[in-house]
Amino acid sequence: MIPTSFDYVRAKSLKDALKAMGKSTKVIAGGHSLLPLLRFRLAQPETLVDIGQLRELKGIKRAGGGVKIGAATTYRELLESTELKALYPLIGEVTEHIGDLQVRNAGTIGGGLAHADPAADMPPVMLVLDATFVLQSKGGKRSVAARKFFKGPFTTAMKPTELLTEIQLPAPAKGAGTGGAGGAYASFEQAASGYALVGAAALITVAKGMITRADLAFTGLADTPFLAPAAAKLVGTQGQAELIAEVAAASVAGVEANDDIHASAAYRTHLGMVAARRALAQALSRAG
Amino acid sequence: MATLFGSGIKRREDPRLITGRATYTDDVKLPGLLHAAVLRSTYAHAKLGKVDVTKAKKAPGVVAVFTGADVKDKLNTVPCAWNVPNCDLKVPPHPLLAIDRVRYVGDGVALVVAESRAAARDALDLIDVDYDALDVVVDPEKATQQGAPELHPEVPGNVAFTWKVAGGDAAKAFAEAPVTVEQRIVQNRLLPTAMEPRAACASYNPGTGQLTLWITSQNPHIHRFLLSVMTKLPEHRIRVIAPEVGGGFGSKIPGYADEALVSFASMQLGRPVKWTEDRSENYKATIHGRDHVEYVAMCGTKDGQITGLRTKVYAGLGGYASTAAPGIPTILHGLMYSGPYTIPNIEGTIYGVYTTTTPVDAYRGAGRPEATFLLERMIDLYARKIGMDPVDVRRKNLIPKDKFPYTVATGITYDSGNYQGALDKALQMFDYKKFRAEQAKARKAGRYLGVGVTTYCEICGLGPSQVAGAVGFGGGLYDSAIVRVYPTGVVRAYIGGKPHGQGEETTFAQIVADEFGIPVENVEVVAGDTEATPQGWGTYGSRTTAVCGSAVKVAAQRVKDKAKKIAAHLLEASEADLEWQDGKFAVKGSPDKGKTFGELALMANVAWNLPPGVEPGLEATAFFDPSNFVYPFGTHICTVDVDPETGEVKILRYIAVDDCGPQINPMIVDGQVHGGVIQGLGEALQEMVVYDEDGQLLTGTMMDYAVPKASQMPKVETAHTVTPSPVNPLGVKGVGETGTIASVPTLVNAVCDALAPLGVSHIDKPLTPARVWAAIQQARAGGGGGGGAK
Ligand SMILES: Cc1cc2nc3c(=O)[nH]c(=O)nc-3n(C[C@H](O)[C@H](O)[C@H](O)COP(=O)(O)OP(=O)(O)OC[C@H]3O[C@@H](n4cnc5c(N)ncnc54)[C@H](O)[C@@H]3O)c2cc1C
Repeated sequence: MIPTSFDYVRAKSLKDALKAMGKSTKVIAGGHSLLPLLRFRLAQPETLVDIGQLRELKGIKRAGGGVKIGAATTYRELLESTELKALYPLIGEVTEHIGDLQVRNAGTIGGGLAHADPAADMPPVMLVLDATFVLQSKGGKRSVAARKFFKGPFTTAMKPTELLTEIQLPAPAKGAGTGGAGGAYASFEQAASGYALVGAAALITVAKGMITRADLAFTGLADTPFLAPAAAKLVGTQGQAELIAEVAAASVAGVEANDDIHASAAYRTHLGMVAARRALAQALSRAG
Repeated sequence: MATLFGSGIKRREDPRLITGRATYTDDVKLPGLLHAAVLRSTYAHAKLGKVDVTKAKKAPGVVAVFTGADVKDKLNTVPCAWNVPNCDLKVPPHPLLAIDRVRYVGDGVALVVAESRAAARDALDLIDVDYDALDVVVDPEKATQQGAPELHPEVPGNVAFTWKVAGGDAAKAFAEAPVTVEQRIVQNRLLPTAMEPRAACASYNPGTGQLTLWITSQNPHIHRFLLSVMTKLPEHRIRVIAPEVGGGFGSKIPGYADEALVSFASMQLGRPVKWTEDRSENYKATIHGRDHVEYVAMCGTKDGQITGLRTKVYAGLGGYASTAAPGIPTILHGLMYSGPYTIPNIEGTIYGVYTTTTPVDAYRGAGRPEATFLLERMIDLYARKIGMDPVDVRRKNLIPKDKFPYTVATGITYDSGNYQGALDKALQMFDYKKFRAEQAKARKAGRYLGVGVTTYCEICGLGPSQVAGAVGFGGGLYDSAIVRVYPTGVVRAYIGGKPHGQGEETTFAQIVADEFGIPVENVEVVAGDTEATPQGWGTYGSRTTAVCGSAVKVAAQRVKDKAKKIAAHLLEASEADLEWQDGKFAVKGSPDKGKTFGELALMANVAWNLPPGVEPGLEATAFFDPSNFVYPFGTHICTVDVDPETGEVKILRYIAVDDCGPQINPMIVDGQVHGGVIQGLGEALQEMVVYDEDGQLLTGTMMDYAVPKASQMPKVETAHTVTPSPVNPLGVKGVGETGTIASVPTLVNAVCDALAPLGVSHIDKPLTPARVWAAIQQARAGGGGGGGAK
């Protein structure tokens, strides 16, 4: 397990990092996904640009009604943030599912999202929260909605010269996580990797006993995380159990599910339905 | 003085292990050290064309590159050392590096030696190999069918051996029995996954012609022998040192090509050479375990008397016959078909089959888990068919405790047992009736609870040597110890075994300290260096305490006998008038004038005043060869809650009652049981090697091969009964593998019990949620449970 040889640059500033990036470079943050790739020689960059220590890419700040999370913020820092816990309890709930203590100590939210593993836990949460990702290169800055970011397995809307610098979360659905809005994540773990065989994130808001917003997103089910439009059927209803079950079933219908040694497509689809049902029901109960 | 035997003192091994101060093979650093890397076949089966190493040889840092052609005339092939008789065993040559054909993904093709590990690894990418792909077969049953690709020209139909076991008259029993149950069972192929992968560091001294090999080994003396065969270097010029060994589970018993290759490289280059496996290399190049396809039938009466067992087993061997491979599915499996029961008629046919996969050899339990699993699974199927409680069926068929030694239909004789005692104890801990009532209530509420109860016994404490010889094992099965007393009264025991996690550095010190009445801190146990330790046969088959521990005991007794002579001389008394009390020899009736062990140690070593005819020094060597194997036993119970919607299995309770005879250190015994049970639950719930149809290993990393994690496993409740063995002076039986042997059927039977109302009768392990769910779907559609569901 020895990578091909490479040069190592520890960036001193964001500008520095952006300057160093080129065709045959790779950035490294926590290294938890990149190092296996290097060791298996699936990635053979000439230069590694280390952004893990960049203060500019760390931290959680209030902005408008929402928050901005630096891409190199570790999972552990997410878990320790009282602001996140208050505003987006769903993030903490999901983060606890990711790996173990060591993984959460070193792994970064930006690294995980940029890596775009189709079974990662955080992407569906970004989808239901309707996050926006800020991408920066030497040439400038642009924003891409999370909902347009994930293009396929390990493939995103980012260009090789771009860095994910910030994750922006819009003002939480009214009620700040409790009373009026509720989120939930339900998943089934692949026993070896701990990644999701299938996971479903749901976000529901309620006003006067009626659902006013319902978002549902999956991970692990198909080759990329995706938002299930069927959830919209819950809007304007009280979210009765049968209706939720119907929506859960509709949300996985016709999905081209992954099929591998850990789960057949049929089983994954079935689990997707169960996860969706559980996540929606729990989100609703938290919103109500 | 309280005895240390029976006291759960802490393991002295642990502080160095958990503070990172242990020295493993990979930690060995020598001046001028070179590093090796092995190029491994990426094809499961192919004709090997040109292996072009020109570029690799020129790469920076590379010192040498060897191919099969370079070594084939200088070295012997990898030997298979268990020549099971009467089964027409065919062992084709296993070259150290492939010559004209590769037979599994991972088969060695070339060895690169370089100044650094990285340079050696880089050079592998520069070797061009011509492969001409051949057809592949990974399933041992399919490999025997017409038209299957053949691996070895010497082995038509890929059948390495056909071994039979028979006792009584099975044909008649099945013809006459009112009830018969049949089941096809797949024993999933497993990866041993020792925490430390394999490693070897060879240092040849051209001046003296001596080779020292550091190797991660369960049996350094066997490795010395195998290395001598492979390298053609005489055994007395080889020193094998197994430093700290980070687990083995059977995978560090066999002789592999790699250690012979690094030795050869060192001999050629006159510099030390080291090689350490990667994890993913370990998964391909180190032996696998299990891999049976079995057809099993059991017959009996309508009221639960088992009258016959019949098996046909296809045991996968992989591409070549590994060191002990032929003995595992035969001697260590088929002979155990009676389990703890009085099954009068038994017939088994076992085919050993070559497939284009990594070789299969001993893995924790080695053959006995497979035997116990098929037996226990069949009993539950039989009980279900006759509508009798599975615990009652077991109880009815257990060998009565007053019948030992007991000879079963397969011809072996169990040393001792009290199977009802262990079952009773387990049922004291677990209210079976109450659970059945809860289960019935839960079922009405749509919850599926289940219970599995296993009564097992197993064969271990491998010896005697005479039997080893009779069953074709290419070595002895005695073991040895030197107990050496220093002038200051401290002691070292040099042992033939090689503990690697079992705690004998502690337990053997307890034995010695007790014998001499000295603090346990005054005793050290030394293992793993063939230069220091007497000939031994290694640590596997739960044999080290029963066999090597007995050698320690006998050697210590010899030392004490000599000390007694000296004491009698110094006290001017006759030996017969002396007694041993409170750590000293004294004349009966005047205890205060005695000689302590420390005083005698000094007097023996300075030799100022020894009795006539007594030599100076105080040490003794013992070679202990037991009169029989030992047969530990017990009862395990597991309860589960199965979610029929998702197939998830939740373990509610796991109870293990084991009888390994008297326990030297109960804490260590519990640790062995915990580890064994968890490893077995891994096999039962989630571990499984998967090859694709091209023979590529799909579970090639720990991201896909599900070794159990602490968070996934239940608490194990342990208890014990104590039935001493008559075949060794300690009365002890092995307990290293019992957990792995008993837990697998216990869990699977519990799940099948839970799902009985849904019509599920059998699910092939591992019982992943995906498989359990598929079995439920299949049963609901009118099947009988899931055979080979994904
Ligand atoms: C043992 C283990 C268990 C795990 N279990 C889980 C789990 O249960 N669920 C789950 O979802 N995940 C799991 N993970 C994955 C983990 O979440 C990711 O490895 C981690 O988040 C990646 O972040 P990192 O900072 O380590 O990224 P790195 O490994 O440093 O980088 C990953 C990739 O992203 C690129 N990259 C990193 N940062 C940026 C950036 N700011 N802009 C652009 N590109 C960037 C890198 O070039 C690289 O290609 C597990 C990982 C391990 C090792």
